[in-house]
Amino acid sequence: MDGVAVEIGSRPEISRAQKVTESGSTDSTYVLFAKVRKCFARNAQGFTLEVKFAAPPGLTILFGPSGAGKSTLLDCLAGLTMPDAGRVAMGKTILFDSTLGLNMPVSRRRVGYVFQDLALFPHLTAEQNIQYGLIHINRQKCQQRCASILQAFRIDHLRLRRPGEISGGERQRVALARALVTDPHLLLLDEPLAALDARTKSHILDDLRAWNQAHRIPILYVTHSREEVFALGERVIVLESGRIVAEGTPHEVMSAPQQETVAQLAGFENIFDAVVVAAHEERGTMTCRLSGSNVEIETPLVRAAVGSMLRVGIRAGDILLATSQPIGLSARNILPAKLLSLAQRDVLVVGKLDCGVQTEVHLTLAARDSLHLAPGHEVWLVIKTHSCHLMQR
Amino acid sequence: MDWQAFLLTIRLAVLVAAILVLIGLPIAYWITYSRWRWKFLVEAIVALPIVLPPTVLGFYVLVALGPHSPIGRWWEALTGHTLAFTFQGLVIGSLLYSLPFAVQPFAASFAAVDPKLIAASATLGASKLRTFFRVILPLSASGLVTGVALSFAHTMGEFGVVLMVGGNIPGVTRTVSIDIYDQVQASNYASANQTALVLLTISFVVLSAVYALNRRVWTVWPWR
Repeated sequence: MDGVAVEIGSRPEISRAQKVTESGSTDSTYVLFAKVRKCFARNAQGFTLEVKFAAPPGLTILFGPSGAGKSTLLDCLAGLTMPDAGRVAMGKTILFDSTLGLNMPVSRRRVGYVFQDLALFPHLTAEQNIQYGLIHINRQKCQQRCASILQAFRIDHLRLRRPGEISGGERQRVALARALVTDPHLLLLDEPLAALDARTKSHILDDLRAWNQAHRIPILYVTHSREEVFALGERVIVLESGRIVAEGTPHEVMSAPQQETVAQLAGFENIFDAVVVAAHEERGTMTCRLSGSNVEIETPLVRAAVGSMLRVGIRAGDILLATSQPIGLSARNILPAKLLSLAQRDVLVVGKLDCGVQTEVHLTLAARDSLHLAPGHEVWLVIKTHSCHLMQR
Repeated sequence: MDWQAFLLTIRLAVLVAAILVLIGLPIAYWITYSRWRWKFLVEAIVALPIVLPPTVLGFYVLVALGPHSPIGRWWEALTGHTLAFTFQGLVIGSLLYSLPFAVQPFAASFAAVDPKLIAASATLGASKLRTFFRVILPLSASGLVTGVALSFAHTMGEFGVVLMVGGNIPGVTRTVSIDIYDQVQASNYASANQTALVLLTISFVVLSAVYALNRRVWTVWPWR
């Protein structure tokens, strides 16, 4: 039985993306520095965005649930929203500085911005949309640059069509090309690919990566999809309620999350409070008891004293199910459990089980059928030690 | 039928509609995008001619243009005659009278332009002026047509303001509606009927043209 974890397919992507970073230049002219504070009296309690980060050339992913302030942050960087306080700079160019009273107009910032709904000009053709930002160059050069970007994004044949007459994926390409043709010093992408199927998405991302190889500028990519984080990843900044809660490579941030909020975003369906019962330093493991039960599980060793409180995260796709007690397995945690419910979600079966604590397990359709699983059945949960991720509490 | 009055009326309506495009667009732009806290006062002033009796408006315009007001004195010093009871005075009165009929459709269509498009234009390096002419105006074409046609048709049919400001001087301030009034006063019903019918027809044609142009899709062609 396999866990149908979506990330499995994307893992090779990480190493590829990291290679891209290493080959990049470290020219500081194209490093974004941002320190931004912005308050909204949006509803009764209000909302404050307060972040500070630097983004070197290459892809930086802004990840977080909706309402975390990702789009607001992009608007502050582009100059569409004025921060209450802070400083935004691209290398030595100051875009905004509240103490100096500096606020460069949007049109002079050289920030490419692809909006979530793309904002293509509906009355202009694809070509006219792309040429829109080419203002201060002569006509011949303008034609030339437009032609080459049309080719690079493989939308040459759509030149004379209006946005209303082309498909979603083609529109995304036009929007990207329109932003890139102006040679921006910073590119902001607000979930530009959210509405596309995986295949189209990865094609467009390949084109974008190829472009970024030649134009080493920082790209901020907003998403709330964790598949995209792993597929794109060079650096991730996790935003929650207007604050940065984690920062690092996708692997660091998502695979070994330090906070529960990040863990939920990273796809840990099972998060349990736990107490350290014993540490086995020589074996590199610990025994933890899950709160509210007598269930003891073996986890990797972390620096935590016996008796201290921790949190354990286990992906639903990392748990195996067996109908009889398995023997001869290397997995150290084998727990009896009762199947409470089974629900089909697309091609995935989500099982809720009770092994002393309620646990979520993901199965394939085939696994459910071959094991003849049904609610009420007694089963065994099999969890590898290293599938248990420890977090602070 | 008084063709002189007719030509004068059309000349007045065309001139007023053209000038209202020039001054109506900036006013509408300001009303749509300004964040000034007292903006509503300006909106109310622009809308006043809709609710005000034309005689009230006409009265104030007459006073403002007369020899006792600064504007009237300045004009007199410049040209040697007063503005009241002249074609120019009529134009000024009509501009005020038809202003909301131009500004309101303009402003409504500006407000309907997706703000994201304006933001996108700015991030692409376009100035406010370029954004206005390349994005806002083309996407407000229907509002523009509506505003021009309404102010044209509205000026064609005005009566009260003309009577107050312009009086009834043939070839100078005598418009079609004044002419009809005169015919009726003189019990010349046949002639009044004729002129009224022409005015009705023109108004109908203009409004039909507006609605036809503003039709988004010609799904059903009217002549097929």
